Amino acid sequence: MTDLSEFDDIPGTTLFTAQRSRKGYWLNQFCMSLMKAENRERFKADERAYLDEWPMTEAQKQAVLARDYNAAIAEGGNIYFLAKIFATDGKSYQYAAGTMTGMTQEEYAEMMLRGGRSIEGVRSRKEGS
Amino acid sequence: MARITAGVTSSHVPAIAAAWDQGRADDDYWRPIFAGFDWSKKWIARNMPDVVILVYNDHASAFSLELIPTFAIGCADRFEIADEGYGPRPVPPVEGHADLAWHIAQSTILDEFDMTIINKLDVDHGLTVPLTLMFGQPEAWPTRIIPVPVNVVQYPPPTGNRCYLLGQAIRRAVESFPENLNVHVWGTGGMSHQLQGPRAGLINTEFDTAFLDRLTTNPEALRKLPHVEYVREAGSEAIELVMWLVMRGALGEHVRELYRFYHVPTSNTALGHIVLEPTS
Repeated sequence: MTDLSEFDDIPGTTLFTAQRSRKGYWLNQFCMSLMKAENRERFKADERAYLDEWPMTEAQKQAVLARDYNAAIAEGGNIYFLAKIFATDGKSYQYAAGTMTGMTQEEYAEMMLRGGRSIEGVRSRKEGS
Repeated sequence: MARITAGVTSSHVPAIAAAWDQGRADDDYWRPIFAGFDWSKKWIARNMPDVVILVYNDHASAFSLELIPTFAIGCADRFEIADEGYGPRPVPPVEGHADLAWHIAQSTILDEFDMTIINKLDVDHGLTVPLTLMFGQPEAWPTRIIPVPVNVVQYPPPTGNRCYLLGQAIRRAVESFPENLNVHVWGTGGMSHQLQGPRAGLINTEFDTAFLDRLTTNPEALRKLPHVEYVREAGSEAIELVMWLVMRGALGEHVRELYRFYHVPTSNTALGHIVLEPTS
């Protein structure tokens, strides 16, 4: 078996492994459908009805409706697929990334302007470094 | 005979496309980023390639989870601009070089790299942002482009070493193409960035600077760098940097650094750009 467990030691980070890809298949394929303008219109007109056309879990649908990107990633979503949702909302990667950190948009933008999040203390869960 | 005369790397942050396309390139935030390519624009105008082999990753634009090629090559005459959810970018379509692309596909496959051949490929910001940075907004792109998409989305991506070896195979392929062509190889993506989870916004300038240095001084060390080190030190999306090693492998053993630009922040990302010239 391919052992990707060493990645689990990295805090605050979720890798798109085979297991997560299988779990998130329909969530991510729903996201892909938003690359077509007509689908974006149908989704915006009635998000719930559009989501119900897809064999997604309720937890996946709720994560999309709430725009809770951490929850969506926990349900197997991948950021490049989820980007189709925030693109449909007219939002940027910086906006979406900011929402996942627990910071306000202003705080996140300010952190980036100051040079971004420091690596110190977020390398390893085990070593706390 | 075709020959590889230069390697270029650049981040391909989508916000650069948005800033350019929406006329914000002269804002205080963006001006220094575009200015970081002024030297490169002048340099490439004097050394215009006939063909750029452009190594990039598709961001769930052309490839969904239905089909995930590890290494692929665009062999068509023309590639359209993808609609990534905001509508397609208002930039020219990409003209390919089918003769050279097919030659590279055949040569690398017989060289034991199992390339996926693509005849229809809509290209996303991964490919078009570096073109904007290097060429601005021409009526048509001034060079032909051979897209080489690499999977860095679904784990595991190819190793850095495998990317380097593919670069070497691409060099052998180009050098066996009979037509007299000036060819560049570009590696795109990176540098440090993490777009997801509570650790989003990570930037590690020390890692990035060492990576830029080692492209010239110690590419052997970069070949051995495991995936986990990219992710741990420079963020989950910094794994894109393995694609720079395709470029590096294609340049041969020794290179000279002609230019470097590094800027933080570019949206969530540390933008890195380097121009290398083979000397061996």
